[in-house]
Amino acid sequence: MSDPLAGLYQELILDHAKRRVGDGVLEHFDGSHYERNPTCGDEVTVQIAFEPGSDRIAALGWQGNGCSISMASASVLAELAPGMTVTELRSTIDTFREMLRSRGAGEPDEEVLGDAIAFHGVSKFVMRVKCAMLAWVATEATLPR
Amino acid sequence: MQSELSLAPLTAGEIDAIRADFPALSQEVNGYPLAYLDSGATAQRPASVLDAERYFLEHDNSAVHRGAHTLAGLATEAFEDARETVARFVGARASEIVWTSNATDGLNLLAYSMGNASLGRGGDAARRFALGVGDEILVTEAEHHANLIPWQELAARTGATLRYIPVNDDGIFTADDAASLISERTRVLAFAHVSNVTGYVAPVTELVALARGVGALVVLDACQSAPHRPLDFAAMDVDFAVFSGHKMLGPTGIGVLYGREELLNALPPFRTGGSMITTVTMEAADYMPAPQRFEAGTQPVSQAIALAAAIRYLEGVGMTRIQQHEEQIAERLVRELSAIDGVRVVGPAADIRRSGLASFDVAGVHAHDVGQYLDVRGIAVRVGHHCAQPLHRRLGLTATTRASAYLYTTDGEVDRLLESLPEVRGYFGVA
Repeated sequence: MSDPLAGLYQELILDHAKRRVGDGVLEHFDGSHYERNPTCGDEVTVQIAFEPGSDRIAALGWQGNGCSISMASASVLAELAPGMTVTELRSTIDTFREMLRSRGAGEPDEEVLGDAIAFHGVSKFVMRVKCAMLAWVATEATLPR
Repeated sequence: MQSELSLAPLTAGEIDAIRADFPALSQEVNGYPLAYLDSGATAQRPASVLDAERYFLEHDNSAVHRGAHTLAGLATEAFEDARETVARFVGARASEIVWTSNATDGLNLLAYSMGNASLGRGGDAARRFALGVGDEILVTEAEHHANLIPWQELAARTGATLRYIPVNDDGIFTADDAASLISERTRVLAFAHVSNVTGYVAPVTELVALARGVGALVVLDACQSAPHRPLDFAAMDVDFAVFSGHKMLGPTGIGVLYGREELLNALPPFRTGGSMITTVTMEAADYMPAPQRFEAGTQPVSQAIALAAAIRYLEGVGMTRIQQHEEQIAERLVRELSAIDGVRVVGPAADIRRSGLASFDVAGVHAHDVGQYLDVRGIAVRVGHHCAQPLHRRLGLTATTRASAYLYTTDGEVDRLLESLPEVRGYFGVA
């Protein structure tokens, strides 16, 4: 029998949940934000560092406790964000949010989201959308206005 | 009183017959027959409860305690009959049963009324409820947030100190732990009869004796006991108690605050307005005796009537038999869950009796992922901190998975939980 959870727990998600790319505090950072999901207690703190004299992201570091979805999405973001400008990252976060609100409709934009399209299946599990958004919302809060 | 004969455990045939009364239990979820192991959060309702509410709304629906027409009379009678039914169920008088919207509401009502007494409202009669600097409110570290935060707020408003009885590594406490903290300064002792996380049954008799020794008021959170075991608040000698209708086969939006009659009549009201007064002038008002003095505004009438139907259903099965059935399930859950590699059951050891629930941690897998894994197999459990963050922090966990039973829970449902769990760690790559 096929795995009924395959749509939610893509291999890539389970893999990132274990690898936790970017897990750890950055030595130097320009912004930091703590975000918590009060219903399940999941929490993440994100640090962001920019390239000197630029609004290009140099690194994203994070520490957190939570389910495989919230931890994997932090990991994927930490891999994705470096090299983007603030505007690009904002736009990517918006696209990610739209995908998660799609209730499974449409095709995710791999050009923009890269590996983060693995979270498309999460959009069919409305109770888990907040898990996937946690680190992304925290990161959004670290960006300069 | 139940006869000896009726004290035999529920048979499989009886449980099947009970289940046939619950429309929600016969459905499939995600392609599997529903295994509903989340009654500790909210219970399913039998057709008789749904029918009672519908019958009322289709026939007698009207405003209670006002109006002179026929339906108003029938509605008032049904509403007050419901109060009598609830009172009998918990060993109380009808005048000691205040309708609330749920247990949380009942605890807030009590804490805010005591806050009003602390401001001098209610005069001399209410002085016993007045708190101030130097007074202490004592709770336990295992409380549901509903029996913690209203007391935190009351302490903050009055200058009183909130203290707590710590729990051990299993999340439980003893009367000895309480004895070292209770003193002449203790004015309120508030605790859960049965923990919603551990299923631990508090040593009520010993705790009440300690409170009586220092003149403290005893507040019992009976949310997880009233639905699952026979109760007699008068015999238990507690001063106040709360519970919720939706955890005992009844509707949401209805709950109960029990209070000893002389206490309720001395306590100043919290919510004020229509239906709770005797004489009103532009300057002031006199209040009705309890319970009406706490029931301002239009009440949840159809919900109260349906709660009475739920109680009649429970009494028809017998609370002692329900308790036995659930304790058997709890005993099995603890024993067999603990035997699964990587599963840690929190709460009292297997040889200590617990109510019909078990919360557990699966090493390396977040409770939310455990719950999701079970949900696609049609098994409904609760995940999270169960509104008890301090307890989870003490246990070194952020969240647990909880399976909770009720009168309709079968061994087959428990089998399915126990068969699915050993696969979870492998699926998430931690075993």
